[in-house]
This record gives sequence, structure tokens and C-alpha cells, in this order.
Amino acid sequence: MENKVKIILDARSVNEGFARVAAAAFAAALDPTVEELADIKTAVSEAVTNAIIHGYEGKSGRVCMEMTANGNLLTVSVTDRGRGIADIKQAMCPLYTSKPHLERSGMGFTVMESFMDSLAVSSRPGEGTRVVMTKRIHG
Amino acid sequence: MELICKTTGRALLAEMRGELDHHNAAHVREELESRFAAAGMRNLIFDLSGLRFMDSSGLGILIGRYKTVTALGGQVRIAAPSEQADKLLRLAGIHKIIPMYENLQDAMTGL
Repeated sequence: MENKVKIILDARSVNEGFARVAAAAFAAALDPTVEELADIKTAVSEAVTNAIIHGYEGKSGRVCMEMTANGNLLTVSVTDRGRGIADIKQAMCPLYTSKPHLERSGMGFTVMESFMDSLAVSSRPGEGTRVVMTKRIHG
Repeated sequence: MELICKTTGRALLAEMRGELDHHNAAHVREELESRFAAAGMRNLIFDLSGLRFMDSSGLGILIGRYKTVTALGGQVRIAAPSEQADKLLRLAGIHKIIPMYENLQDAMTGL
């Protein structure tokens, strides 16, 4: 049976920890291993942090996190209504960062891609970005 | 996130506890820079044994300090990362530029 949760977060860094703990709590129903849970927390932290830093760039806004569990498949989407990404391919290159002065490692999308089974990014400049990640939980 | 710094031999030992993410990265960076400058040490050892979680914001902190310390002729070492941190560090290739040790004792040897 499918289970869904939708959480709206203020785009404030203090909510990054809440987002990953919420994702872990939701995913726990699928009986993941410790490593799978850590992977999910890390990927969610990256996605929400990206929305806050790159989507809203310190301005106020909302980040929407939706999670679905269907069988052993977990789907997490993180959506912002921020500035969007002009060149998604470039943004997803390992080590690429548009904010080197903030000591960003440029590994956010690489981490999401590596720690989850799939990653899809859609974006329109001026309208926002949506990241959808899936992970099959083997437990 | 808690940062505890102390000197040992010729290194500043930076023990991180809790969760290192974007929310506390700027504060940790400033604290590390200031403690390292004040300590007058040449080398920096990160003790990650108490770090329950880190994401790529933590990678930025480690890479940034690696650049600062090596530019001054010093060494950086990482001790006792959790399985989660270890996986992230290896994904980013950090282990190729910063030596990683299973425990603090080994990381301190020779510094």
C-alpha cells in the first residue's frame, strides 16, 4: 500500500537537519539497513541545502519535500520556487560550484546520484527547481 | 555541532561532535581558522569519531582547511570517520589528498 507525506519548510538552514530526520523517520517503515538510512539522510540534506543556498540565495521562501513509499521503493522530491538553474548539465558536474567563496565542494548532485538509485532534476530559470530521487530499500 | 580544539605535539587537534552541515559550516570554518592561527601549530588533525553526520558542506570545510594548512607547509590528517563520513570522503576522493586513519592514535603518530 502506498504511503505519502508532504512537508513544507521555510528556506532556512536550521531546517536542513529536520528534513533529513523526517526523511529517515519516513523511510524507517521500509525497514532499511543503517547504511541505506544514512544514504537517504545524506541525499536529502544535499537536496534541501541546494534549494536553500542556490534556489533562494538567502532570501525567504519555501521548500516542499514530498515522500512516497510504494512497496520497497522510496521516492523523495524536493522543490523550490527560487531562481532556477540555467544549465543543469553544468550544475551536475562533480566539483562544479557557483559559490566557491562559500567553500561549497560542488559535490551535492554527485552525492545524491551516488547515494540514491536515481536522480532527476528539472528547472526553469526564475521559476524554481525540482529534484526527484528514488531508492529501492533492500533492508 | 560541537568543536573542541586542543594542541598535541606539533598539531592542532580538532574534535568534531554532532552533525556537520550547511547550517553550522560557516561557524565551524571561522572557529577552525581562528583556533589554528592562535595555536601557532603547523599541522591539523580532524578527529571525526564523534561526528554522527556530515554532508558535502563538511567536505568543503575539510578541503578549505587542507588548502590553508598545506599552503603554510603543514599536514592535515583525518581520524576515525564514521561509516557514513568515510563513504562520503571516499566518494569525493578526499582520501587521495588527506591521509585517513582508523583511530586518533594512528593519526597522531609522527606529528
